[in-house]
Amino acid sequence: MKKTRNLIIEELAPKKFGFLGQVWVAFLCLVIVAALFAYYQQVTKGLVVTGMRDYALWGVYISNFVFFVAISLVGSLVTAVLRLSGAQWSTPLTRISEVIAVAAIIMGGLTIIIDMGRPDRILHIFMYGRLQSPIIWDVLVISTYLMISVLLLYFPLLPDFAILKKHFSDRPKLSNWYGKLSLKWKGNAKQKNIYNKSIRTLSVLIIPVAFGIHTVTAWLFATTYRPGWDSTNFGPYFIAGAFVAGTGAVVTIMYILQKAYKLEDYITDKHFDNMGKLLVMLCLVYLYFNVNEYLVPAYKTTKEEAGHLSDLFTGHYSTMFWSAIIFGLIVPVVVLIFRKGRKPLPLFIMGLFVVVGAWWKRYIIVTPTLLEPFVPLEGTPESWHEYWPTTIEWMITFGTLASALLIMTILFRYLPIIPIQETIEENE
Amino acid sequence: MNEKIKQNRREFLKKGAQFGLVATAGGVMLTQYFSEPTMAGNEGEMVELMTTEGDLVLVPKSQVEEHHNESAYNPREGFVDKKFVMVVDLAKCKNAKKCQSACNKGHYITGDNAWLKIYKMQESEETAPYWMPTQCQHCDKPPCVKVCPVDATFKRKDGIVLIDNERCIGCRFCMAACPYSVRIFNWDEPKQAELIIDDEPYTPDYCGKPSVKGTVDKCDFCPHETAKGELPFCVKACPNDVFAFGDMYEDAVTNGSGQTFQLSKLLKDRGAHRFMESLGTEPSVYYLPPVDRSDDFEVGLDNYTPNQSVFKDLE
Repeated sequence: MKKTRNLIIEELAPKKFGFLGQVWVAFLCLVIVAALFAYYQQVTKGLVVTGMRDYALWGVYISNFVFFVAISLVGSLVTAVLRLSGAQWSTPLTRISEVIAVAAIIMGGLTIIIDMGRPDRILHIFMYGRLQSPIIWDVLVISTYLMISVLLLYFPLLPDFAILKKHFSDRPKLSNWYGKLSLKWKGNAKQKNIYNKSIRTLSVLIIPVAFGIHTVTAWLFATTYRPGWDSTNFGPYFIAGAFVAGTGAVVTIMYILQKAYKLEDYITDKHFDNMGKLLVMLCLVYLYFNVNEYLVPAYKTTKEEAGHLSDLFTGHYSTMFWSAIIFGLIVPVVVLIFRKGRKPLPLFIMGLFVVVGAWWKRYIIVTPTLLEPFVPLEGTPESWHEYWPTTIEWMITFGTLASALLIMTILFRYLPIIPIQETIEENE
Repeated sequence: MNEKIKQNRREFLKKGAQFGLVATAGGVMLTQYFSEPTMAGNEGEMVELMTTEGDLVLVPKSQVEEHHNESAYNPREGFVDKKFVMVVDLAKCKNAKKCQSACNKGHYITGDNAWLKIYKMQESEETAPYWMPTQCQHCDKPPCVKVCPVDATFKRKDGIVLIDNERCIGCRFCMAACPYSVRIFNWDEPKQAELIIDDEPYTPDYCGKPSVKGTVDKCDFCPHETAKGELPFCVKACPNDVFAFGDMYEDAVTNGSGQTFQLSKLLKDRGAHRFMESLGTEPSVYYLPPVDRSDDFEVGLDNYTPNQSVFKDLE
């Protein structure tokens, strides 16, 4: 199935939103506006509008933050790890995963600000920042990761921008924008040399930084004494879980994009099949880390751990805990082992399971621990002994998720979803 | 073989020479030390001092150098020549809660959160329950200070851990890090307008004056009281002399009735311990075990309100 250069450009050039696309964007904007209203309430009234109190001092904002950081790791997995390991098949997925990574890490950074009691003092982090605090490590490593991710999204776009400049010559304004963004790309040998070298350098650079962001995020918890967090397993455990979440997000979104933009010739069953296999492997690795994380303390059952673990295994959080493990990990593994399970539609459904499960998994990592302090839960109002997000917290949380989706939608609207130049080269 | 012996001898000689030098230098210093008192002795003025063991000795006045604290008092440094400690006698606590209400009143606490709490503790089913007042333990290795990203919570030279609520960004990492759960957050507007009547400028060594929405508060060990020569609110308010407060360098702690104890002896004789010693936080608060109790545990049950935070007892 050979396609001409012009046909490929025609099929892959960004397209205007259809009716469904417009409804989708309007819906996202609506959710975001509601979230802005809720955030205004929170800023004026204080964090008292949340369900958090002195025991449950972190809640859904922090678990949502961890979720975003986790999702963003997929950029490094698909663009860097797969690229460097010579997996040619992943080329059409690089841009999708890099867009997901950029959107997620931007929203991760914003979500942590939402959790602050004094967001007006955000500059204090730069004025008085102290290197001994894991929060400062997180600030440093997240901004580095955002920068490399943006570059890793942008550099491979240069030849595509040059192509789009020509393609949209009938629309001078748009053409002009693409021309500016292409940084005078002509595709001569010298440019190609720099281009290839920089992408390879960035691909190598992003791997340690990606490990850094999620390891440091894990350390926000692991550097405390709290049962359930006080674990040397936390860094690799978070990274393993992040790859699962991110891959789940990629398979979900690539299915939607394939259908929405009719990309069946470019995102094929083969891609779904391979991503399905990858997801099985990642889920199994994460399951292994889960066994380590829960079985070892359960074997010892120290007094502190026992309270926390019984909450998860049989107590208040057991439905949530077992649902996240079974539907977010075990069911996808079982379904995706079979070739038929790795067809686009079942894989899409399993991807959704994985992403939703991953979101709740972070909720379960963050919130129950705080309700098992070392001292008795006494001398406080009874309502403080439990935590459930308030409507305002949910509105803001959904707003951050909608914002991430809106960033992706806009980027997918104006950027070629499948790298055009690379597709042409591979086609020749 | 021969070579080795030679070498050893050479080394011995070298070391000997070095030793000689040290000895001469020491001698010079010693003579200086001894010669000075004789000069001072002419003036004949002697002063009485107390050694760290508690014995009184006479020392020539010329040998005593008066120590002046050159630097002006800085709320972030604290009293550089002090190290504050507290001793809590669990044998005396009857959950009277006067400490809590005094602390709440003194620090203008308005929220649903007291900085000082009295827990009903029981190690296991077979052991006796007891009342345990807890507040900030003012750890020498404070996990809260370690994690603060902006140096808002800090450790002073006198051992006190404080919070600068003009610096705090409200991330609450310190609260997650504290194993004693003594830090409280101002979730709501504190509404202290009617309580704080004087308009002294804010200083971090008076926590709660004022409290600020979106920042963290906790026990400040009352440096605003000790600076006036008073004991902390809780120490003064306790009708049962549960608390004793003092300076470790002076090796003395004083309770609410004004009795002073030698700290080291008290800790040794009564078998003191610190809360969650195994975590390595090195608290400045010592607990004396609840043995030979002055009253039954049940006496405190009248005041036991596990789901009520701020004990409002304004007499």
